[in-house]
Amino acid sequence: MPADEERAQPRPARRWYRQPALVAGLAIIGILVVLAAAAPLITSYNPITQNLNATLLGPGAQHLLGTDQLGRDEFSRLLYGLRNDMRIAFIAVLFPFCIGIVLGSLAGYFGGWVDVIIMRLVDIVFAFPFYVLVIALVFVLGPGERSIYIAITILGWVSYARIIRGEILVAKRQDYVLAAQSGGLSSVSIMGRHLLPNVITQAIIYAMSDIVQDILAIVTLGYFGLGIPPPTPDLGSMINDGQNFMTTHWQLTTIPGLAVVVVGLGLSLIGDGLADLIRPGQS
Amino acid sequence: MSDNVLELRDLNVRIATRRGIVRAVDGVSLEVPRGEAVGLVGESGSGKSMTLRAILGVLPAEARVTSGQILLDGRDLVPLGNAELNHIRGPKMSMIFQEPMSALNPVMRVGRQIAEGPEVHLGYSRSRAAERALELMSRVGIPDPERRFHAYPHEFSGGMRQRVMIAIALSCDPEIILCDEPTTALDVTIQDQILRLLTRLCRESGVSLVFVTHDLPVVAQVCQHLAVMYAGQLVERGDVREVLLDPRHPYTLGLVRSAPDFDYVRESLMPIPGSPPSLIAPPPGCRFHPRCDFAEEDCRVTETPLRMLPGGRATACLHYERCSEAAAADRARP
Amino acid sequence: MTRPVPPAERSEPDLPGIAAVPGAEVPSAPGEPLLAARDIAVWFPYGSQLVARLRHEERLLRAVDGVDLEIARGEALALVGESGSGKSTLALALAGLRRADRGEVRFAGRALPARRRRADQRRIQMVFQDPYSSLNPRLTVGGMLRELLRAHSVVPKSRVAEFSRELLALVGLGEEALTAYPRQFSGGQRQRVAIARALALQPDVLVADEPVSALDVSVQATILNLLRDLRAELGLSLLLISHNLAVVRHLCDRVAVMYLGRIIEVAPAEQLFSTPRHPYTRGLLAAIPKLSQVADDTPAAVLGDPPSPLRIPSGCRFRTRCPIAQARCETEDPVLTATPGDPGHRVACHFAFTPLATEAAGERDQQDWP
Repeated sequence: MPADEERAQPRPARRWYRQPALVAGLAIIGILVVLAAAAPLITSYNPITQNLNATLLGPGAQHLLGTDQLGRDEFSRLLYGLRNDMRIAFIAVLFPFCIGIVLGSLAGYFGGWVDVIIMRLVDIVFAFPFYVLVIALVFVLGPGERSIYIAITILGWVSYARIIRGEILVAKRQDYVLAAQSGGLSSVSIMGRHLLPNVITQAIIYAMSDIVQDILAIVTLGYFGLGIPPPTPDLGSMINDGQNFMTTHWQLTTIPGLAVVVVGLGLSLIGDGLADLIRPGQS
Repeated sequence: MSDNVLELRDLNVRIATRRGIVRAVDGVSLEVPRGEAVGLVGESGSGKSMTLRAILGVLPAEARVTSGQILLDGRDLVPLGNAELNHIRGPKMSMIFQEPMSALNPVMRVGRQIAEGPEVHLGYSRSRAAERALELMSRVGIPDPERRFHAYPHEFSGGMRQRVMIAIALSCDPEIILCDEPTTALDVTIQDQILRLLTRLCRESGVSLVFVTHDLPVVAQVCQHLAVMYAGQLVERGDVREVLLDPRHPYTLGLVRSAPDFDYVRESLMPIPGSPPSLIAPPPGCRFHPRCDFAEEDCRVTETPLRMLPGGRATACLHYERCSEAAAADRARP
Repeated sequence: MTRPVPPAERSEPDLPGIAAVPGAEVPSAPGEPLLAARDIAVWFPYGSQLVARLRHEERLLRAVDGVDLEIARGEALALVGESGSGKSTLALALAGLRRADRGEVRFAGRALPARRRRADQRRIQMVFQDPYSSLNPRLTVGGMLRELLRAHSVVPKSRVAEFSRELLALVGLGEEALTAYPRQFSGGQRQRVAIARALALQPDVLVADEPVSALDVSVQATILNLLRDLRAELGLSLLLISHNLAVVRHLCDRVAVMYLGRIIEVAPAEQLFSTPRHPYTRGLLAAIPKLSQVADDTPAAVLGDPPSPLRIPSGCRFRTRCPIAQARCETEDPVLTATPGDPGHRVACHFAFTPLATEAAGERDQQDWP
C-alpha cells in the first residue's frame, strides 16, 4: 500500500496542555502537593499537640477548621494528614510499579516457562479480593508504614505485570524489535531501550488510578485502626474519629473525606488526560 | 441527453483542518460513458479516493463538496440529502473496496449480505433475493454456491471475499460501480482472476466502472479511458493506452518512467524528484512545476486547467510537446 | 524543523570510508556459496498440542517445508512467491531472527548454531517491509546507529559520529538526519534510514523483505536504484523477497520461486523469465498485468485459490491448480531437479522436461501476444 508521502512534515506532538482533563488534574494535584509540602509554613499548630482546654471548638479565627476531641487543630491535622497519606501512597505505588514492570517484561519477552510461572503467580494473587488481603496482611504484620508498603507491594505488582506483559507481547512483533535482534543487541538492552520506553505509558496511566486505590486502601486501613498508628495524623483515622461527632461537628469527619475525594479526582483526571493523549478519542 | 452515466463537473472538495483548508479535490471534471471503464490514477494524496467518496456521498465529516456537480444519469447528486441518496446508491451506484475483510460484515452470513440489497432497494421477497444471491455467486465464480451461501466472510480466502464484494456490488443491477484499489491487496494470480472477472461482467451487463488505482499496468487491463490526478487536480485524460505510451503531461511521464515495468527493464529507474505539495497552500500556477523537468517561467504563474487536445485527449500541461518528445526519445532507446 | 532532509537525488553515491566488506577476511573455499540453507523447515504449531498428540494429528503450519538455497558472494537472489509461500519466514530464518525447526544455515561453509554469536549475527542484516514500524519511534537516527556501532565496536568510540555521517551519506541523507526522529521522515526516507542501519554493521548479505511495496511508485525507484548502486559499490550479496516480478527483474541475477513452503523453481533471472519450466512459474508470469495486454475472456493464468498452508495437498502441492496435473502428481512429491544440460536451472515438477509441459507452454504463449 502506498505510504503517505505527505507526512514529511513533522506532526506536532499532541499538545499536552490542550488536554483539559490532564491540565485540571495536574492543577488539582499540584495545589494539593504544594499545600501538603508547605504545611509547616501554612499552619503554626503542631498537629499532634493536644490541648484539652480547647476541645471540639467550631471553625473560627484561632482554628480555621476548629479542633478535634483532643484539642488538636483540625486544619493542621488535615494538611499533615494529607501530606502523610499522599507520601505513603506515592511511595507505595513505586515498588509494585518497578517489580511488576520487570516481571511483566520478562514474562512477555521470553515467554515459555518464565511466562508460565510468572503468570500463575499473577493468577494466584488476583484470585483474592484486594482489600481483604491488604487488611489481613497489615493485621498480621502489625500496623504501621512498613507493613503498608509490604502489603501493597505484594498485592499490587500483578496489575502492572499483566499490563506490561500484554503490551510487550504485541510490541515485540514490531519490525524495529526484529531489527534490534538482527543487530545482535542483548535481550536486556532490547527490553530496556526498545520495548519499555514504548510501552510504559500504559503502566503510568494505570499507576495514576493505582495511587488513588492505594490512598483509599490507606484511608480504609486507618479507618480500621490498622493504618499509621496515632497520634500521627492520617485522613482515615480522622474520618473514623470524627464519625462520633457527626451530628454536632460534622466537619471533623467530612472535611477529611472531601480531601480524599479531591485527591482521587485529581489523579483520575491525570490518568484520563494521559490516556487521551496517547489514544485520542478513547478515554 | 448525453450518453454518460456519470459526469463530474468542476468538482471541488475541501477539508477543514486545524492547519487550514485542504483543497483535496480541485476543479475535477470527468465523464464516464455508459458501459465503459474509466481509470483514475494517482499516488497517495492525489485526491483520487476523495473523489470516489464524494461521488458516493460518503465523505469524512470534515470534508465537504463546496462546488461543482455530480451528475448521475443527468441528475445532480450534490444537493441531495442522505435519505434521497440512499434510494440512488443501492440500485444505481455501488462500490468495491480494497480490503474486503473490513467491508464485509463479519457476523452476517455471506448469502444474506448479497441478498440484502435486492430486499431493501428492489423490494424482493426473502426467497427471491436468495435466489438472486445464488445466481450472482455463480456468476462471480464462487464454487459450490448453495453451501457457501451460509458461510461467514472469515471462511473465505482473500480472492473469494473480493468476489463476494463484487456480487454485492452487482446485486441491484447498478449502472456504475466505483472501485477503490480493488486488487491492490491481492496476490498477482488472484488479481489476474479478478480483473478478468470484472471485465467480463462489465461487458455482459453493460455496467460502467470508475477504477481507482496507483498501478498503471492494472488500469490498462480493465479500462478504456484514463484520468491522471495530481495534488487534487486532473492533469491528463484520454484513451488508456495512448496516455501510457504517449504521455502528454510530465507527471504521467514521471509515473511511467519510475515504475518498474516487467517488459521493459530500464538501466536506471527515474524517480520523480521532490514530493507532493501541501494541499493547503499549493504552489502557484501549475502544481507540478517544482518537480518538473520541463518547467518554464509561465508554469510558475499561469493556472493550468485541463485543455482539450485533438483525438479525445486532454492535458493540463502548457508545454506538453516537450513531454511528448521526451517520451518518444524513451521509446526510441533500445 | 519541517523536513530536515530533502532526499538527495544521486545515482552514484560516494563511497566513503566504509571499508571493504569485512567478510573478505572470512576464508571460504572457492566455489563455496557465501550463504547456504540446507533442508530448512519452519513450523508453527497451532491449537492445543496436547489434543493433537492424543489424536495423533499434526497441528503444524508448515510455513517453510524443506528448502535448499545458495547465495554466492556478490550475487542478488530473488525469492518470489505469493502470500502463504513462506518467503518471509524463510528470510527471517536465514537472518537468524527465527529458529529453524529443521535443517541448517551455513555461512562461508560453516554451520551457524541456532543462537548465533554476535559476530555471526552481523553478517546478515535485514531491511523490513513497513517503513513505519521498522524504526524505533523513541530513538533518533543517530542514537540508533550509535547503539549498534558501539555494541559491535565497529569503529572506535571517537569515530562513531563520523562513521554515522558516512553511512547516511551513503544512502543519500544529510547529517541533519542524525538528530531527527523517525516521525519526521517520509516513507522513502525511512527506508533509507533502515538501509543505513542495515549497513552499519558492514554485513556480507543484505536481506530485503519487500523493501518498496509500502512506498509510492515514484519513490520506489529511488530505493531500488539505491539498492542496486550499493550492491555494485560494496560488493554486497542481496536476498530480495518480493511478489513484484518487475522489481525483481530490475535488480536480481537469479530467481527462486516459492509455493506453499517449497522452492519449486530456481534459475538465472533472464532464463526464468524467457523459459519458465514449472506450470506455476508460467502462470505467475502470465498473470502479471502488462500494458500490452487486456484482461479478456481467456481463462486466468492460474485458476482456483491457493490451498491453506494448514492443509497442504499430498504429492505435488501445486496439483490442485495445475493445468497439466496427472495421477502421479497426487502421490509423488517432486524433488527440485536440474534441467538436463543446465545445472543452474532447477525445477520441481514431474513433467517439466516432457512434451506435456512444452505443449501447455506453447498454448499459453499464443494467448498472451495477440
